[in-house]
Amino acid sequence: MRNIVKEFPGVRALDGVSFTLEAGEFHSLVGENGAGKSTLMKVLSGVYPEGTFEGEILVDDTVRHFSGIRDSEAAGIAIIFQELSLVKELTVGENIFLGKEPSRFGVINWSELYHRASKLLQDLHLPIDPRTPVGNLGIGQQQLVEIAKALSQDAKILVLDEPTAALTESEVETLFTILKNLIAKRVGMIYISHKLDEVFAMSDRITVLRDGRTVSTHAANAITKDGVIAEMVGREVGDIFPETKHELGDAALSLRGLTAYSPDDPHKKVVDNVSFDVRKGEVLGIAGLMGAGRSELLMSVFGAWPGKFTREISVEGRIVNFTSPAEAIANGVGFVTEDRKRFGLLLEQTILDNMTLAGLRSISGRIITNRTRETIAAKGPMISLRIKANSTMTVANTLSGGNQQKVVLGKWLLTNPKVLFLDEPTRGIDVGAKQEIYAEINKLAQEGLAIVLVSSELPEVLGLSDRVIVLHEGKITGEFTRAEATPEKVMAAATGGI
Amino acid sequence: MIGRERVSKKYMSVEEKTKINATALRAYIMIAVLGLIWLYFHWATNYVFMMPRNLSNLMTQMSVTGIIAIGMLMVIVSGNIDLSVGSVLGFAGGIAAYGMTVLEFGLPAAIVAAMVVGVVIGLFHGTLTAYLNIPAFIVTLGGLLAWRGAVKWLLGGNTIPVSDETFKAIGNANLPAVFGWALAVVAAAFVLFMAYRKARSVKDYGLGEANYTAELLKAIIPIGGIVAFIGVMNAYQGVPVPVLILLAVALVGGFLTNSTVFGRYLYAIGGNADAARLSGINNKRNILKVYALLGALTGVASLIFTARVGSAAPDAGVLKELDAIAACVIGGASLMGGRGTVFGACLGALIMASLDNGMSLLNVRDFMQDIIKGSILIAAVGLDMMGRKHS
Repeated sequence: MRNIVKEFPGVRALDGVSFTLEAGEFHSLVGENGAGKSTLMKVLSGVYPEGTFEGEILVDDTVRHFSGIRDSEAAGIAIIFQELSLVKELTVGENIFLGKEPSRFGVINWSELYHRASKLLQDLHLPIDPRTPVGNLGIGQQQLVEIAKALSQDAKILVLDEPTAALTESEVETLFTILKNLIAKRVGMIYISHKLDEVFAMSDRITVLRDGRTVSTHAANAITKDGVIAEMVGREVGDIFPETKHELGDAALSLRGLTAYSPDDPHKKVVDNVSFDVRKGEVLGIAGLMGAGRSELLMSVFGAWPGKFTREISVEGRIVNFTSPAEAIANGVGFVTEDRKRFGLLLEQTILDNMTLAGLRSISGRIITNRTRETIAAKGPMISLRIKANSTMTVANTLSGGNQQKVVLGKWLLTNPKVLFLDEPTRGIDVGAKQEIYAEINKLAQEGLAIVLVSSELPEVLGLSDRVIVLHEGKITGEFTRAEATPEKVMAAATGGI
Repeated sequence: MIGRERVSKKYMSVEEKTKINATALRAYIMIAVLGLIWLYFHWATNYVFMMPRNLSNLMTQMSVTGIIAIGMLMVIVSGNIDLSVGSVLGFAGGIAAYGMTVLEFGLPAAIVAAMVVGVVIGLFHGTLTAYLNIPAFIVTLGGLLAWRGAVKWLLGGNTIPVSDETFKAIGNANLPAVFGWALAVVAAAFVLFMAYRKARSVKDYGLGEANYTAELLKAIIPIGGIVAFIGVMNAYQGVPVPVLILLAVALVGGFLTNSTVFGRYLYAIGGNADAARLSGINNKRNILKVYALLGALTGVASLIFTARVGSAAPDAGVLKELDAIAACVIGGASLMGGRGTVFGACLGALIMASLDNGMSLLNVRDFMQDIIKGSILIAAVGLDMMGRKHS
């Protein structure tokens, strides 16, 4: 790709970016959110057709003109976007051949379709029945099905946009094994990720984008992780986790005997007899792999789990067995939910509407609202969390991921919590915003707030927590102090074998 | 970092400007469209359309649809729908007429009965939707059929006349001119008071100096509107009672959606039900409430409708649900929920009523009227979608 320039109204998203990929090369593309990575890949894949950008795209040394995704697919380029594009109701085989089913006169040849699908899956060493509905698969397997789908088109170039964001460690392993096999078959990979460990483990070359420009391209063994981070943010960063010294007070929240059942199968325990205390000023980390029951645990504590659950909760020594989010909030428990777009934000509404939602009655008025009071309240987190927006009237879906996450955090700070639960507070946001959120978590703990942090990024849990408990299949399988907690010990407990 | 900040700020401001303008622009465009429709009809009807007499009729004609549309708007904002309001209107009106004529209830009892019927049916639909998780579309589609059946059963297929003159006044009387002007004075005073309060709140909360002059100047436009409205209505027979009721409902509806916790919760539930629930909102209870509210407003509308016609008929209110939904949608509401205003719904109802009225004056054939109205509904939403995509 040569000198790609792409403009949106008011912003130049790509400003003369050039990028090359050799056959059989693993080339990572890194940069903060908004640096232009996804835009560049959308140009490459024809999502932004010829004519909407400047510059040229060459495949096998010939200039190509893509007026849509089909053209780029024909040229051997396959893209796997952050959001999975599989149809959950259809089977694996139907998804793989969606839009190009083997057929004659419009009648689908099902046996050929499933035969070819199972061959593809075998080639990838995936033990998946092509007749399974995709919705029945775990998120990791769905990701692998996406890759199978891409390969069914004989892709020579595979673009992966944050493929591991939702995967467990073992699924990541599987994915990487498959990618290595493909590399051996001379498939070129463009890999976009915020997880620099993976980037360094896999890449031949690394290109850093910042503000729509190429900062550098290095051979992976010629640069360090800190070097890449410095180039991404445009400044040197020390340790991205702040120095922590928390004054621990009395127990803010005690949980006893939480057991939660699956909403689909009332006999299946998803969380099994979990108890813990979290003290004022403490950051308690909860580690565990995907499916270990972390989100189920938080949902049940908060009273929002759709299945059956039993537990005893006391806040500041008082037993308060609330059963709904409203009661939880009234008792000083806040819950910064995961997946901000799905569970956190009113995307089409303003920062103000979002931030005051959870604490509306105490901020604004019990029955009648007061905009002025709300604006003043919302300005607090707006300034302290450094949310980059013109005013509190900016609509949430125009904000970057990091700023959206800060709005959700701000919403919960405005409920005056005594205990704050954070579920994946930094997923999919850039390094700069992550650092700011880490600093904020730390500051809140220093001010005496009790914090329970759940994250699938181990360094984050280890870097921020005073104490870490580890979940495996719904049970606590380990508890470590800050000094004891090493990645190896935590991972051992998380996989169930100590 | 500095560079990034500059870029994103620049991006924001453009984005924000278009957003804010889009909402305001939308209202202006709709008012302009209404103005064009009026001017066209005024010209095409040999300057009859905009005479006080016709405007008074027009406003009376829109009152039933307008009142239902305001309730419907709130249901739509919460991400739901109600297809049954036409049948419920017929049934509630039937109960009122049956009560007065056959069972010889007094007038107050008949009014209460119609309202109670509306609320109870609303609660019933709301319960099925919110607590039993049956899709609102299905519940109220069933309601559309079932309550129409109930009207036919109640009335035995006949039209039941109402003779009570006081009752008929609900649909046909006018407010004496003096009361109209008194109303104008009260309304103007209220507007001025709100303007004063707004200016003062700036200072009270320490956001800057109070700018009384600017706020009072801004109040001139609504006050002008109030005076012009009362003037026009008084130039014929005074403000019609149904219009008065509509205005009251619109004020209450606007207040509920803009300035109450309940209203904000409706937008939140319609915007993202999961996020609303996890923010401590009781989605189910609020959905139940909004259906009860629509039921009550349908009860009010049924009284006006029955009083205007002077009788209850088995087919009273047929297709009213579609008029109400169309009014909301033309007024910018999204059927996905989370977006829409009471002002927009009223304007939508006025546009629909203007088309009805103007085309009738022009003797446009019945089937042609339907075709034109249907096309305009689709065109309005189509243009809106194109506009949204663009910005």
